[in-house]
Amino acid sequence: MSVTETEAAVAAGPAGPAAPAPARPGEGRRRRWLGRLVDVARTPSLLVSYVWLVLIVTAALAPTLFAPGDPLAQSGDAMLLPPGPEHLFGTDDLGRDQFTRTVHGTRLSLQAAVIAVLIGLVSGSLIGLVAGAVRGWLDSVLMRVVDVMLAVPSLIVSLAIISALGHGTINIAVAIGINSTATFARLMRSEVLKVAGARYVEASVFAGHGYAYRLLRHVVPNATRSVLAYATMEIGSAILTVASLSFLGLGAPPPTPEWGLLVAEGRTFIAAQWWLSLLPGLVIVVSVLAVYRIGRSIDRGRTRVVA
Amino acid sequence: MSSPEPLLTLDGVSAQFALPGRPPVRVLDDVSLSLRPGQVLALVGESGSGKSTLGRTVTGTLPENGRVVAGRVTFAGRELTGLPERERRAVRGKDIGYIPQDALLGLNPLLPVGVQAGEPLRAHGLAGKAERRERVIELFGKVGLRDPETIYGAYPHELSGGMCQRVLIAAAMSTGPRLLVADEPTTALDVTVQKTILDLLGGLVAENDLAVLLVTHDLGVAAERADEIAVLKDGVLVRSGRTREVVADPGDAYTEQLLRSSSLGFSGADAAAARHERTAARVPADAPVVVRAREVAKTFHAHRGRTAVTAVAGASFEVRRGTTLGIVGESGSGKTTLVRLLAGLTPPSAGSVTVDGEPVVHHRRGAGQAALYRKVQMVYQDPFASLNPRTTVRSILEEPLTGHRIGGAAQRARRVDELLEQTGLPASVADRYTAELSGGQRQRVAIARALAPHPEVLVLDEPVSALDVTVRRQILDLLLDLQDRLSLTYLFVSHDLGVVAELSDEVLVLRHGDVVEHGPASDVISRPRTDYVRRLLASIPGAAPAAAAAPSTP
Repeated sequence: MSVTETEAAVAAGPAGPAAPAPARPGEGRRRRWLGRLVDVARTPSLLVSYVWLVLIVTAALAPTLFAPGDPLAQSGDAMLLPPGPEHLFGTDDLGRDQFTRTVHGTRLSLQAAVIAVLIGLVSGSLIGLVAGAVRGWLDSVLMRVVDVMLAVPSLIVSLAIISALGHGTINIAVAIGINSTATFARLMRSEVLKVAGARYVEASVFAGHGYAYRLLRHVVPNATRSVLAYATMEIGSAILTVASLSFLGLGAPPPTPEWGLLVAEGRTFIAAQWWLSLLPGLVIVVSVLAVYRIGRSIDRGRTRVVA
Repeated sequence: MSSPEPLLTLDGVSAQFALPGRPPVRVLDDVSLSLRPGQVLALVGESGSGKSTLGRTVTGTLPENGRVVAGRVTFAGRELTGLPERERRAVRGKDIGYIPQDALLGLNPLLPVGVQAGEPLRAHGLAGKAERRERVIELFGKVGLRDPETIYGAYPHELSGGMCQRVLIAAAMSTGPRLLVADEPTTALDVTVQKTILDLLGGLVAENDLAVLLVTHDLGVAAERADEIAVLKDGVLVRSGRTREVVADPGDAYTEQLLRSSSLGFSGADAAAARHERTAARVPADAPVVVRAREVAKTFHAHRGRTAVTAVAGASFEVRRGTTLGIVGESGSGKTTLVRLLAGLTPPSAGSVTVDGEPVVHHRRGAGQAALYRKVQMVYQDPFASLNPRTTVRSILEEPLTGHRIGGAAQRARRVDELLEQTGLPASVADRYTAELSGGQRQRVAIARALAPHPEVLVLDEPVSALDVTVRRQILDLLLDLQDRLSLTYLFVSHDLGVVAELSDEVLVLRHGDVVEHGPASDVISRPRTDYVRRLLASIPGAAPAAAAAPSTP
């Protein structure tokens, strides 16, 4: 792998300087983004993942674009209909259009997943950064706390937090976020330790800047790369966990459309009206897969840049 | 010595790499070669010339996306190209041995080296367990490893780089191959170790009627060791022939450039004399002393303080403005520790260093050292490791300017342009990421960064060791030129006395932390007083033997 890339870099080398040079700062960055876009367009699975991501984000922001109807509107003469052109995902036992409910449920599910990951990412990265940069006794104390958090089963912690905060999708998100803090802290700390040992970090002392500047300028950008890649993947897991906890009835109360809740409500009819559970479930599966795929491509892109 | 029938022939071989989303890159283009038993054929070229790929087409270990698109590789009358992997495997590691470049990466850190050296025997089912052990121990003795019985059970981290390389040679030799492909076997090693390894390979060739395909970037090594030389450039064979003919008449601009970059025919005494003249013209005899070290020493404590390792034992020297102190020694001689002491990256155990009369201090997080680093800057060995891959060249060069509070935004932008120009980089490089640059360009950026705050002293820690010979030549010329123009003071560290001789006024030779010799470069190099320095001189690849054999006539 690395040989090929070196060869490729070399092959590109002689042509490089001759190519029209970017004149203004920032153009190099733009060129890199363009290259990334071309890479995405050439990898079908990645392209599909991004398209799906754009679709669900749009659905979360403006659900009426896809489903103009009311997700709560019941209809007595359209109960438990199978999927068809009228009702893409069929209708439930109260005659509500399942597709409309799924589309309108996107916002809550996605919001919860993103909040969960943001909480874990921000708190975990800060803890990891402090532990890795300061070292010494503070590192030991923080890491032992993290050890304890990792040792307690996450489901039990989530249940405890939710029972303290009360039911609701956002509370689920907070619980998941607190749970994932430990993993983020661990990852960030190991990355910080790795990067802090790099030659270019040592070399930066000669530039005369203070320690905090060097940390923010050289250590953090290089350490956060894989943490961010992990965070994208974690969004996928968070969608799943939010759905499972909602399924258990810890999330939003019933009439609210939410992915996990839709699956849970449909399970009563799973033998005869399988689509009620299956189709929202598939939406969850595809979303998680798409986010994983994107996360993986970011992680892989990282190895290429560093090599 | 050479039988008429060639053992290995390459006939119009072309190879290319497929890259996702890009047209395939041709790395070898119509290359034809032949190699007879008992001969050494050197493949010479810069990085990216396709020389390693050529070695890999012979062993059949091209990466997954590479393939041979035309031509034939014939080994002992049998065509290898297009052979199924199963049959290839029967040849690889049995009749064709392979020695990789980086000995430490070539060995599994979790297995004893003896077991690994016996791996080819096991893979080809040539010997039982007890027999393997016996054969490997015998081979270890042959490749010059002392106490083979103990080494058999040792792990790679317990051995030095040179010893690991010997283990790999033993592994490659274990099956009694007829051809050895040695891919830059000595590039990662010190010159002294390089010499012993190459001597060993030469001995094996003579003893076993072995053919060796020696891949190297140094035409000096090739000229010294090979019977024939093939020069590759961008995958095309530009010159091939008997070594003597190629050296006497390169007949090709690229080959000539490689020849000039190598230290072929190098004479330490001449280089030192030329250097002396150059400095005398520029530096007044009463130039002030800039760097002064007094009995500076560093001791490391291992095993919880029970054993003390002395990395540097009391070095004292003075360096005048505009001159260079060359610090020479093998790996483990303490030269890197000395450099770190001089740059304030490590606190000394005893003694002191002053720059311009100010003491060099150390702080773990660099606090209070900014004033020192306005005067002292450093260039590291590996430009791939010393530049942040996620920043542009411009921001790398601006960082020391903002850090040392030099000028406003407009002045800084001008200074960046000026630095690029001074280091011979095109202005367009400013907005590129370091990951997009070649090794030589990166080292220029590292030098430009060091020059940014107008320092007086540059600490150069093996600045050319990681580079190809041609690039090495350019960087050395750049350093010489910069010193003339900016009257910089250099502390130049290298394991290669040949490089040091070219730009040092004074030389300090370190061995196991002790200063073995110290004095004007011309004295140390023309009239070495110790065997150690004589050995360092003799190991310069391709150096004129006269320089090495010069007796110490006072």
